Amino acid sequence: MTDQDFVNSGVDSTLTKPSNLDQQGSAPSFRTALNGTTISYKVSSGRTFYGLMARDLRVLSKNLGEFASRTAMQPFLFVFVFAYLFPKIGQGFSGSVGRNISFATILVPGLVGVAATMSGIMAVGLPLAIDLGVTKEIEDRAMAPVPVWLIGLEKIVFGAIQSLISALIVFPLVILIPSTPVQVHVANWPLLILVIFLACLISGAFGLTLGSMVQPVKIGLMFSLLVLPLTMLGCIYYPWSSLSSVRWLQIAVLINPMVYVSEGLRDVLTPALPHMAVWAFLMALMITAAVLLFAGLKLFTRRVMS
Amino acid sequence: MKEKVLQVVELVKTYTGLRPVHAVRGISFDVMKGEIFGLLGPNGAGKTTTVGIATTRVVPTSGTVLVDSVNAISDPQNAKMRMGVVTQFNTLDRSLNVRENLYYHCRYFGYSSKEAKARADELLELFQLTDKVKSKPIDLSGGLAQRVQLARAIAHYPKLLFLDEPTAGLDPQSRLALWEVVKVLQEQGVTVILTTHYMEEADVLCDRVAIVDHGKILKVDTPENLKKSLGASTFLDLKFVETTTDDLSKIEAMDEVLEIEQLTDRVRISLKDSDSVAIVIQKAVTMGLKDVSIIEPTLESVFIKLTGRELRD
Ligand SMILES: Nc1ncnc2c1ncn2[C@@H]1O[C@H](COP(=O)(O)OP(=O)(O)OP(=O)(O)O)[C@@H](O)[C@H]1O
Ligand SMILES: [Mg+2]
Repeated sequence: MTDQDFVNSGVDSTLTKPSNLDQQGSAPSFRTALNGTTISYKVSSGRTFYGLMARDLRVLSKNLGEFASRTAMQPFLFVFVFAYLFPKIGQGFSGSVGRNISFATILVPGLVGVAATMSGIMAVGLPLAIDLGVTKEIEDRAMAPVPVWLIGLEKIVFGAIQSLISALIVFPLVILIPSTPVQVHVANWPLLILVIFLACLISGAFGLTLGSMVQPVKIGLMFSLLVLPLTMLGCIYYPWSSLSSVRWLQIAVLINPMVYVSEGLRDVLTPALPHMAVWAFLMALMITAAVLLFAGLKLFTRRVMS
Repeated sequence: MKEKVLQVVELVKTYTGLRPVHAVRGISFDVMKGEIFGLLGPNGAGKTTTVGIATTRVVPTSGTVLVDSVNAISDPQNAKMRMGVVTQFNTLDRSLNVRENLYYHCRYFGYSSKEAKARADELLELFQLTDKVKSKPIDLSGGLAQRVQLARAIAHYPKLLFLDEPTAGLDPQSRLALWEVVKVLQEQGVTVILTTHYMEEADVLCDRVAIVDHGKILKVDTPENLKKSLGASTFLDLKFVETTTDDLSKIEAMDEVLEIEQLTDRVRISLKDSDSVAIVIQKAVTMGLKDVSIIEPTLESVFIKLTGRELRD
């Protein structure tokens, strides 16, 4: 209905007159409620949080196909070329890992880790940057009856969920596609769950931090300056210990949180590979998660409230 | 004694930065239950900032806002429960369709899925949006988008509705339609705070208007009183076949006439009130009246008088 029709149809007769409202069934409650007599203004942060999550999941479900193919594409091509094709055509990097471990095995934790980490950044960071900087859609959710930081926390949790889904999509690919044997063995399930939990949390919090910080026009720049080095120097395609021959780099990459995700997963998924000590990556992951969580919520609140 | 639904007390907002902006410099006003209260002012007057503080999205430098007796600054969560907002820009959720926009808004306010569905459908019906259920916000015309935003803003039965320049950029038809809805909402007990820089809008809709400029309120009153404060309620411009000084002094002597001014081709008469129009015209007819025009004073003229300049539009 156009506004012309809207006026012609006579809003007053359909909205104001009680007789008309009565015919519309539920309309009388609209009247009384607006008069403020039947409304209890009770706040429930939990229900609001759940509502915000329901909205994000709904949007995700609309784009599930797109999301899945976007997530799968890069790791699929990567394992296909380097772990399926290269061994077949006699090219390859067995690297200095030795012990008869295939490159495909090295890739398993690396690619799962990078998919999980990047997924949250993409799922939370990109839309949020546009939301805060251009469309201002967030304003409606900012009016939801919860503290603003809780709206940010919901984004983090949602990012973490997508992150987990990404890991689950990529895992079978990196196991099944390679033409060389892949040695995956989970000995410590609780540790696996803890590492994945921390990786997903970091991913969501990283997304919130970046999304609240980066101007929409700078998104391209962010990718070349941040996301690329993060992955290339994140011990994804090589174990951290093998960097010992380039000592300065081995130390320098320690500021990259991606390293601890890769190394953590290397420990829990492919224990045959050399990896960082458990206490080291766990501590680093927890500190990273805490810092990003704090920074993300702080920055987000500051962007929403001026 | 009428209930105060909104109390704004000594509000100050200075945006810090390299060059601090004194957006709001001590604004106070009360809004009574059931009122449509207008904040009228030019660009940059501080209207959006004032609304932003009241709706908890802008942190004030100092001052207090009470929404239905809840302190919006110290208890934003409870304050947000009680108000609805239509912001200056379209903030419909572009990832959702019209119905989902309403549905999820209700969910944010704690409705169960079933309650939210029922409320969304009810609103679609009431706002006559039933044929736009599946439309995406980007495909809606300005007027329709605004109607959806309005439906969404009142979905959780707020006591207080903020409308920040609700008709900016709308065509006259859509503007009229929106005014209708706002009036209906008022009849149903919603208190409305509306910002605008359209004089006509403030005049037609608002029970009381605050004229804001440079972060301060210059005057608060009913549109009627604001116009009266100019000294006359209505002007009459008369053209005679022949203007004689004798006739003019007769008109000037009338009780209904405040002042008379002879312009090149006509005579401008300021009247005590708009009820005097007929009496003066009757008299003028006997003197060979050729043409007449009635000039109602506008808020525009009030604004110019108060600020010494025109409203930028
Ligand atoms: N986030 C901000 N940071 C710095 N300055 C701001 C910010 N928001 C608004 N201002 C400034 O504060 C002043 C008042 O702005 P405000 O948006 O409240 O005016 P307004 O009356 O709503 O005007 P308009 O008719 O343009 O919407 C302006 O000078 C504006 O530039
Ligand atoms: Mg404004």
